[in-house]
Amino acid sequence: MIAELGHYALVLALALSLVQMVVPFWGARKDDPVLMGVAAPVSLMMLAFVTFSFGALMTVYVTSDFSVLNVVENSHSRMPLIYKFTSTWGNHEGSMLLWVFVLALFGGLVALFGGNLPDRLKANALAVQGAIAVAFLTFILFTSNPFTRIISPPAEGRSLNPILQDPGLAIHPPLLYLGYVGLSIAFAFAMAALIEGRIDAAWARWVRPWTLAAWVFLTLGIAMGSYWAYYELGWGGWWFWDPVENASLMPWLAATALLHSAVVMEKRDALKIWTVLLAILAFSLSLIGTFLVRSGVLTSVHAFATDPARGVFILGILTFFIGGSLLLFALRAGDLRQGGIFAPVSREGALVMNNLFLTAATAAVFVGTLYPLALEMISDAKITVGPPFFNITFGGLMLPLVFAIPFGPLMAWKRGDLLGVAQRLTVAAAVAVVAIVVTAAATGGGPVLAAVMVGLGVFIIAGALTDIAERAGIGRVSARVAFARLKGVPRSAFGTAVAHLGVGVCLIGIVCETTWSQEHIASMKVGDSFTIGSHDLTFLRIENRTGANFTARTAVFGLSTDGEPEGNIEASRRNFEARQMGTTESGIRTFGFSQLYLSMGEETPDGHISVRATWKPLVTLIWLGAVVMSLGGCLSLADRRLRVGAPRPAKAKPRQDKRPAPQPAPAE
Amino acid sequence: MTRKGRRLVLISVGLGVLALAAGLILTALNDTIVFFRTPTEVAAKTFAPGSRLRMGGLVESGSVEKHGATTQFIVTDGNAQVKVAYTGLLPDLFREGQGVVTEGILQSDGTVKADSVLAKHDERYMPREVADALKKSGHWKEGEEGGPMPPPAKPAAPVKPSAALPTVSPAPVTAAAERSPAQ
Repeated sequence: MIAELGHYALVLALALSLVQMVVPFWGARKDDPVLMGVAAPVSLMMLAFVTFSFGALMTVYVTSDFSVLNVVENSHSRMPLIYKFTSTWGNHEGSMLLWVFVLALFGGLVALFGGNLPDRLKANALAVQGAIAVAFLTFILFTSNPFTRIISPPAEGRSLNPILQDPGLAIHPPLLYLGYVGLSIAFAFAMAALIEGRIDAAWARWVRPWTLAAWVFLTLGIAMGSYWAYYELGWGGWWFWDPVENASLMPWLAATALLHSAVVMEKRDALKIWTVLLAILAFSLSLIGTFLVRSGVLTSVHAFATDPARGVFILGILTFFIGGSLLLFALRAGDLRQGGIFAPVSREGALVMNNLFLTAATAAVFVGTLYPLALEMISDAKITVGPPFFNITFGGLMLPLVFAIPFGPLMAWKRGDLLGVAQRLTVAAAVAVVAIVVTAAATGGGPVLAAVMVGLGVFIIAGALTDIAERAGIGRVSARVAFARLKGVPRSAFGTAVAHLGVGVCLIGIVCETTWSQEHIASMKVGDSFTIGSHDLTFLRIENRTGANFTARTAVFGLSTDGEPEGNIEASRRNFEARQMGTTESGIRTFGFSQLYLSMGEETPDGHISVRATWKPLVTLIWLGAVVMSLGGCLSLADRRLRVGAPRPAKAKPRQDKRPAPQPAPAE
Repeated sequence: MTRKGRRLVLISVGLGVLALAAGLILTALNDTIVFFRTPTEVAAKTFAPGSRLRMGGLVESGSVEKHGATTQFIVTDGNAQVKVAYTGLLPDLFREGQGVVTEGILQSDGTVKADSVLAKHDERYMPREVADALKKSGHWKEGEEGGPMPPPAKPAAPVKPSAALPTVSPAPVTAAAERSPAQ
């Protein structure tokens, strides 16, 4: 019964989203406040129905209702409760429902908190959200219905893929989707602005918090996914340049660019057309990511053959939204008036640089991800574009960008003074040089480039601190005055500094992990020992363990440094009966910011096991850096000006200016 | 600086970055892509030793030998056999008679020194490249051991499973079976 109710709620949500798409849009055209007023309640109602439907799917999963096909294929009665719960989105249908749920959630939030948006902008934006919901709800109902029943229910399900039986599944997809789909708000606002044919600085002020929130979630989601892959897959790799990873990285890069260009638009009324284009591109890349992951095109361009309806359907959605938005952009972009002139060397100029490099890097990732697919379609050649490609292109484009980070925030608006900025960065540069020398000395003169890169990371961190110090006048005024000024520095400025600092932290982690990791692969029997990264490991014993739905062989190693015992480290291999497949559970011990990573291979009949141990210096900085970045985003979100900004009334063209922009419009 | 001059600077900087990006992408594409080869193609010795390649096929039954942490095995597509040596931990689903994709350097004796070995990461699927290689050699039989499995009702692709096997995403076997290289 609950499954049918969930299904029915989904159908009703589709009907509501049709209303949400058509009525407010019509109202905005006719300038009818009643019709436009329909948008908010309808999107809230749709959110309620989608939530109900999602809850219904969760219920059938948690109660292991094996009369629902989706549950049979992805669940098992002996799975721990948390995995029954997370199986809800650990499959194609469920994850699409999660997608739509997040979409409805954002639509509902705009409806709730967008009370002071101009009526027409709000109505049009919600109509665009409605259109996206129509497309994806239709997709779910017609090709990927999660509530399909089966006539003769089996007694037991086929279980969730063991790799996914991990707490990571509870966190990573929801975070990622909040980021992915959150970008739809920026897209909807961009489309609304184009439909209206006008856009102003206030628009950027409304859009920026939404983009920032989506960006924070996306950053955390990607970092979480990276750490999950790192500890679960047993290889110790944290980024594989896998197409699925790239699918989430591309919207992140575009969203990062959008955040920066929206600043220029908000503060200086410039780069309007570009910002709108970026908003369209960011969500388009989200859609492309969804398409790549969900349609089966990544597994093979020919996977359409298994279920042509599905891939073609998403491709249709993709073409409609990306093509339609770009067409509208082409038609209307000319109407948007440009303002705010600036010299090439200025804050604006620096932000343009940021955008150029970020979009170029996005393009590089895009080419690397899609080239093999395109090549296979037009010829028969099968190739892989692996990490070397991305390291050269992405690395080559990101290097100048990260080097420029400390300069940007110190630059003045309109006309900057590069020499002056460089002078203010002397302390940071000196610290960086010291870091290079210390690193080179500590690592015995190892690769010079790596030491320089560590120095670059330190330079970014020191540069971010310099920015705050400069604002507070530390060193120029008395300590008390400086402290008082520090309290007055807007949170968004702190946000910028903290986010940039995160980039530096992340960079140091990446460089140290890739350059100075030590690896030891050996075949060992009980009693054997070896040394890695100053730690001595001794193979103590191997034992059987059982979990809720698996059995495991666990190898226990004793750990010590210079004879000082440091406890044990365990690696194991699990076998899941329901699927007759195993997973490798790596053992990880953290020392400071570094980690010792141990994974266990197969056992031989004579009692040897193969073991791979890796010492990963400062590896945790990679994810900590991402967390720091999103912390910066949160700080910026907490800025008072963003929340209760009072944008000046928009200057509109007479033709469209029937109703004046409302007074104080909060950023939400 | 005039408005025109400013615009000129902006545009030329933009074009500069674009040129840099295009240059990087093209050089990288030239130097770093790895072609997928079948065991038949590798055994025919058409490729220079020292070249990097990716090869898929079945692990020949009884061919797996262990020398400490190094594993040697034979990858076959039914027509030809290629010896592969790999040092490291094999993936969980590496089995004799099962599909495997290896990537590594071709040695002068015709063997491959692999630095990565990938097996399917879900028991329902076989790596698409393996299926294609078998298809090419004409040794693809429906229902064969290690061959096609019952078609999955859907690709149970979770949000990020294929990170498990970079670039060897699991293809529903039916998809690969329905495709022929000629098309």
